[in-house]
Amino acid sequence: MTHPLVLPTALQLQLNELIIGLFLLTGFGMTVARQIQATLFGFIAQSLLLAASAFVLGVHPVSPHLLALAAVTLVSKPILIPFVLQRLVPREVYSKRELTQRVSITTSLMIALALAVAAYFFALPLLRSGAPLVSVGNVAIGFAGLFVGLYQVAARNEAVAQLLGILAMENGAFLAAIAIAPDFPLIAELAIAFDVPLLALIVGLLTRALHEYVGSTDVGTLVSLREDAGH
Amino acid sequence: MPLLAALVPALKRSEKVVLPLSVLSAAVVFSLVVIATIDVLTLGGVVAIPHWIELDGFGALLELLISFVGMTAALYSWGDLGFGRGTPGQVRGYAANFNLFVMSMLAIPLTVEPGLAWIAVGLTTLFSVLLVSYENTHDALEAAWKYATLTLVGSAVAVLGFLVLFWAMRTAGGDDFTWRGLAAIASHLPPALVTVAFAFILIGLGTKTGLVPLHTWLPDAHSQAPSPVCALLSGVETSTALYVILRLVPVFRSANTLHVNAWLLIVGFISLGTAAFLLLQAQDYKRLFAFSTVEHMGIVLVAVGMGTALASYGAAWQLATHALAKSLCFYASGAALAAFGTRMIANTGDLVGRSRIAAVALFIGVLAIAGAPPFAVFLSEFAIARAAFTASQSFVGLMLIFFIGIAFFGLFGRAIRVIFGPPPAAVHSADQAHSVNVPMVTAIVIAMVPVVLFGVWIPEPLARLFELSSRALQ
Repeated sequence: MTHPLVLPTALQLQLNELIIGLFLLTGFGMTVARQIQATLFGFIAQSLLLAASAFVLGVHPVSPHLLALAAVTLVSKPILIPFVLQRLVPREVYSKRELTQRVSITTSLMIALALAVAAYFFALPLLRSGAPLVSVGNVAIGFAGLFVGLYQVAARNEAVAQLLGILAMENGAFLAAIAIAPDFPLIAELAIAFDVPLLALIVGLLTRALHEYVGSTDVGTLVSLREDAGH
Repeated sequence: MPLLAALVPALKRSEKVVLPLSVLSAAVVFSLVVIATIDVLTLGGVVAIPHWIELDGFGALLELLISFVGMTAALYSWGDLGFGRGTPGQVRGYAANFNLFVMSMLAIPLTVEPGLAWIAVGLTTLFSVLLVSYENTHDALEAAWKYATLTLVGSAVAVLGFLVLFWAMRTAGGDDFTWRGLAAIASHLPPALVTVAFAFILIGLGTKTGLVPLHTWLPDAHSQAPSPVCALLSGVETSTALYVILRLVPVFRSANTLHVNAWLLIVGFISLGTAAFLLLQAQDYKRLFAFSTVEHMGIVLVAVGMGTALASYGAAWQLATHALAKSLCFYASGAALAAFGTRMIANTGDLVGRSRIAAVALFIGVLAIAGAPPFAVFLSEFAIARAAFTASQSFVGLMLIFFIGIAFFGLFGRAIRVIFGPPPAAVHSADQAHSVNVPMVTAIVIAMVPVVLFGVWIPEPLARLFELSSRALQ
């Protein structure tokens, strides 16, 4: 009913599939990258792919919502957020190699893969009961992006890496949104254009304060607030 | 209703200015909310932009609470941070974040569009993070970091929940993505999608509400922040996140195959029970009140989970009394902190001898929040328990009374130690710069009025609001 009679061409769908496949790969890359700079590059690539998916599915039949989503994503995530973070967070943080990862890289990769497979099976019953969608892959990979991002927040110790994990979760949610809520009123655009850069700004400020007052952005070592701790 | 729209500029205006102006702005906002509430009561609801910005009874109740606590918190902030106690930059930053934080909370009940509500909930986190880290100590930064990451992760989980809900609405042929529109077609929504949406939204926003086991950030953030910020975080911010969940409860309830009431009871009791036992061993009196917030959120969920009109009435009532009593508790602990210079219960004692006003405020605050008569919280908790027995859910009622009883002993026993206990052996030099001053006392007194008053008398309009809220929860 809400889905237009004009369907995207096979070429569009194939292109989209390539894009979302790469999207998932960047998610894995961000999780296991040791250097913060590399995680940031992973995030930039992932955001570009998110914008590309919205663009490819939005050009034919023309969907103003998806095109707007592609445009704001393009401006805010790969450009604005790295800019804000580079300005706020001291340079030495980016070149740092995170040697204190809680889980080894191989194990991390295996866990991330398992989460992606789980997300696929998680999405299957939803796809069966919901209205038919233009792109099924966006839902499964969107859920996978969310789960892998969550794992990144849990597994990484560095402040910036955790922040990028949260943003990767949002990327996953919006990748799914392209398929399941292409006409979600205004919200996605508003959120990406306004909310997400603000998030980077605030958490970036907090990271800078951590660097300045605590002397480290290794947030994994922040464990002084406990019930039994006499502080 | 145009008056309500004026809320936002009214707050924006005070953004760059200092603390007294925040007080003025908060007072103006409070009067505007009162006017809007009267409109809601006479007209049954106010509509600014149909399907986007509307206000009904339940929303008005929340608006009243937020703006009232916002007002006392602004007053207390003036006393706490004004008078040359912070650097100009610090105070400006605080005032800006404070007003934006209050504004973002006020925005939540104003919207009937779940997506907008989600954005507003996200903004409350963003604007309050720097308030939590205000003191820039190791502990404050750690608390702020945990608060930011956990609630933002929750927010990302919740947005996928809302997106799936939108998909479900489209599948059912719906076109009106509002609380009302969703409830109207709730029984046609595909169960698989609704279940996932419910889980994601409950987990995502439950993080923000402080539901166990997603509460770990809450005692940290709610104890490390400056006291007026704690009052806002604990008193109303958790309630606004809960409000968004509660708004969707009727939708989830009428969708088939999902035992929403049972889930709410389970989640509510886990929070209530865990918090009650944690209260018994809290070492820090501000953390004590933070755990009490987890406890009260649990009580509200249990009440809603009972599913009867009477219990929902009690839930709305409980939201109100908790906000009022909890803000008083945090102002009182702020005053106690000024007297002792420490938050650790073991290093305190004999508050009566140090600061009469802090002792009185803390005594009344603790009695009130623990649910002793004749204070407001007693009546609302009593109403919920009675609702359980009337609906022959005696087991629920007994569990409720049992946990509230444990929490009472935890809170009361600890507070007695602080107020009347032997004077601390190692005397911390009371920070003279942070002694209690006139704006702080005024804030405490204003906060005390409804806690005492509503314990003996509920004004007719307020009772009407609870009734309207209860209807919104059915």
